Amino acid sequence: MADPYEVHLVATDREVWTGEATLVSFETYDGEVGVMPGHSPMLAMLKDGPVLIRQPDDAGDLHAAVHTGFAVVDGGKVIILAESAELAEEIDLQQAEALLEEAKASEDSDGKVAALARAETRIKVAKL
Amino acid sequence: MGAQQRIFRQQIKDTQSTKKITRAMELIASSRIVKAQAAVRANQPYARALYDALTLAASHAKINHPLLNEVDNPKRAAILLITADRGLAGAYSSNAIKEAERLATRLRERDLEPVWYVVGRKGAGFFKFRERPVADSWTGFSDSPKYKDAKEIAARLLKDFLLDGPEGVDEIHIVYTHFVNRVTQEARVIRVVPLEVVDEVVDTTEGAGIHGAEDKGGKAVWPLYDFEPDAEATLDNLLPRFVEHLVHVSLLQSAASEHAARQRAMKSATDNAEDLIRRYTRQANQARQAEITQEISEIVGGADALASS
Repeated sequence: MADPYEVHLVATDREVWTGEATLVSFETYDGEVGVMPGHSPMLAMLKDGPVLIRQPDDAGDLHAAVHTGFAVVDGGKVIILAESAELAEEIDLQQAEALLEEAKASEDSDGKVAALARAETRIKVAKL
Repeated sequence: MGAQQRIFRQQIKDTQSTKKITRAMELIASSRIVKAQAAVRANQPYARALYDALTLAASHAKINHPLLNEVDNPKRAAILLITADRGLAGAYSSNAIKEAERLATRLRERDLEPVWYVVGRKGAGFFKFRERPVADSWTGFSDSPKYKDAKEIAARLLKDFLLDGPEGVDEIHIVYTHFVNRVTQEARVIRVVPLEVVDEVVDTTEGAGIHGAEDKGGKAVWPLYDFEPDAEATLDNLLPRFVEHLVHVSLLQSAASEHAARQRAMKSATDNAEDLIRRYTRQANQARQAEITQEISEIVGGADALASS
């Protein structure tokens, strides 16, 4: 098996996570994609959704909530860039649920869909 | 104590309390510069990744996107002017406004009508006071802008850009203040849309791309990429993100500059207050001395008068 990927998860306000992984999986508009070392180069548009990062040597799985993102797979690297991204352990579930209620009550139809998708993703990831 | 002395003592007290305020503002501003600079730095990994993704998509897609094409016979140009929400920052806002006015003049020479979009209460106030029309304005976040602020602004700009007819705009420019260092900040203009050739954009990034491709001169050779869903759709989606990113970076740079300008302005205000206090103290001492001298000469004069009588 090829060497593990070097993974960079970057958001607009910070570099969320950097490290090695043997599997990165994310949701694209055509369905879920899992990327393992040796994958052909790829540029994918991501849906709001969870991203899974499996660390080598059974160091555990990381989950992240990613919004409006792209994934670039190339050679030994996977770069996921997103407008905002949070690791599961960073999400405050109570606060996320409060945001979901807020999004449901929102009148603004343009922002509502995005806000809902975002809040639901965060809750889903936090519960993983 | 004589009246003269009392006046000077009061003035010293007043100046001291002003000095306390300006000193506090100076310290607050200087701690905020650090934060604002950190925000600029924190954005850089994203900037690099975005540039890379964009070049990648652009090199595979047929580039025919409204955001990349020059409009034939442009008529109106949007100017996004970034100023501060609060004053007491020296010439920060007025420098940005001046730069924007110069840009407007240049645009008019090209027969383009400038359309104003303003960030910050100072800029909005400037236009309101002169009763000049503004297409849109945003206030309340100039000292710590968030990505969602940039997103909102970019959405409005792009909406007007993609609008056909006399209401739309054909070019988008941003006037922001570049943070060179703590001492120097300069107002700058960037043209956002139509985006200039993507290759040029790449050259401005520091360091090598994700490919480690060093040859900046020639076009890097890209391996075959898979695109999800396809190159065109990915590019369509990346370009608005790129515009948002440019607005975001401009806001971050301007915020850092605003704090630096405020820190400098408040430092010189504090220094001036110190000078004033020194001057008033001297004058107060002089007044006290004059009073004592007068009293002595009165006593001596009185004693002389008594002795000679």
